[in-house]
Amino acid sequence: MRRLTPASFVVYAGLVLVFLYAPVLVMMAMSFNRSPLYQLPFQFDLRWFVALTHNQRLLQATGNSVLLALANMVVATILGVMTALALARHQFRGKTLLNVLLVPPIAIPWLILAIAMLLLFNFVGLGRGLPSMFIGHVAVSLPYAVFVILARLSGTESTLEEGAMSLGAGPWTTFFKITLPLMLPGVIAAALFSFTVSFDNFVISYFLAPPGVSTLPVEIYSAIRKGFTPEINAISTITFAFSMLLAVFAVRLVREA
Amino acid sequence: MRALRRRLGLISLLFPSYAWLAFAIFAPLMMMLVFSFLSDVPIGGRSVHWTADNYTKFLSKAFYFKLSVKSIRMGLLTTAFCVIVGYPMAYAIAKVIRGRWKSAMFLLVILPFWSSSLIRAYSWIIVLRQEGVINSLVLAFHLPPGSVSILFTFAAVIIGLVHAYLPYVVLTIYVSLDRIDDTLIQAAQSLGANRLQSFLRVTLPLSLPGVLAGAILTFIPSTGSFMEPRVLGGTSGTVIGTIIEDQFVSVFNWTFGAALAFILLVVVGIILAASAQALRRAQVFSIGGR
Repeated sequence: MRRLTPASFVVYAGLVLVFLYAPVLVMMAMSFNRSPLYQLPFQFDLRWFVALTHNQRLLQATGNSVLLALANMVVATILGVMTALALARHQFRGKTLLNVLLVPPIAIPWLILAIAMLLLFNFVGLGRGLPSMFIGHVAVSLPYAVFVILARLSGTESTLEEGAMSLGAGPWTTFFKITLPLMLPGVIAAALFSFTVSFDNFVISYFLAPPGVSTLPVEIYSAIRKGFTPEINAISTITFAFSMLLAVFAVRLVREA
Repeated sequence: MRALRRRLGLISLLFPSYAWLAFAIFAPLMMMLVFSFLSDVPIGGRSVHWTADNYTKFLSKAFYFKLSVKSIRMGLLTTAFCVIVGYPMAYAIAKVIRGRWKSAMFLLVILPFWSSSLIRAYSWIIVLRQEGVINSLVLAFHLPPGSVSILFTFAAVIIGLVHAYLPYVVLTIYVSLDRIDDTLIQAAQSLGANRLQSFLRVTLPLSLPGVLAGAILTFIPSTGSFMEPRVLGGTSGTVIGTIIEDQFVSVFNWTFGAALAFILLVVVGIILAASAQALRRAQVFSIGGR
């Protein structure tokens, strides 16, 4: 132990970060490489990004992904706010159970949840399609939204709300003037995370996508299995950079608050 | 009257979310259990009957037993590597690195949570494939070509899974290490413990709940994974997860797929139930001396 200096820990942490980030950085670099076989030496070229703009399937899938992610973000965040408010500000029997019920959507592998949804949705006549995917996405992002907002709410006092109420403010006024501003950073973080959970969701979309309709991750998966083209690198680069941007924005927001 | 209104308000806050979860999570899981005992999917007027065939098929064929063992091995190896690699990393961020670097490192560890696991698995193809980056480096160093082609092997799957779940393990261990009061460690050392002793008898036991939580969060999804084995394992990546996928996308034996998924769900449930106990015990342990 005596030889384990702080410097060696810093070097080790650096190596772990290289392991975490190097493959994606290589992929990003290769999306700008001229050779379709990822051959070196590196020659800068934007041809794969240009090719993307002509790929109708990929563009359509991207449109579906954005649409799903936005709808999911709105619904999961609203439901998340409602649930978190009830769990944080009310005392009632069965609260522990309701908390526990939020765990399965996160803890059970999505493969199991996805095929279970496929079976039920087919049985009730809903079938596969964007509405089914939407229902599935909200179900798996809702618990995250609740937990993020709950974390924020439990750090704030309910005395402010009680004060407003005792001074004559109604429940809606209290909510919009006191509670919502208090929990807003948590709500925005929850919204951004719900967006990401849906936008990056592959497993649930994959099983609930009918032939001819797909999302970006589903399209990327089938392209990988058919034999990879550098176009996938280009779209993956854009997707990854976009996710990172959202993440940095969300983390900043939560930290500043 | 006020109590009633409050009660109604509470119900209207909670009902939409839990009705949604009931329809999209809990009812489907029940339906999966029912379907796993049917001879065919009761959709489109097909005649079906109750049967345990799907389970006897799983239990009677050595093929499925071997695959189950392989899947569990995949989960255990992933978990072991994640803990071994992740613990020193978490320790470095929690106890060694200070100030701005600490928050920068922390941010870099949690950022992958926001990215697509599919894209991260895919990026390994480019690194590991025959014409890939590693081989270009090999050629550059005049080593025999093709000597490091590990794409489409079991090892590649493990690398991809460790890459996917390492951030979870680092995060959970970091949280438990960060909670340990440094004065406890100083006290142990001032009472004569050397650094190794104070680590083994104070820091390590107090961080075990985090290790356990991270291990569970890794073991469950990696044992049931199908995307990483499919993308990085090729034909050597056949595991229970990919067999389940096959039943729904190529073989179309949905009731057998439901049975396999239900078996996996039972395993997950047992692990969660058992570890809830262990976690609670570990938590009691971590309160320190009580």
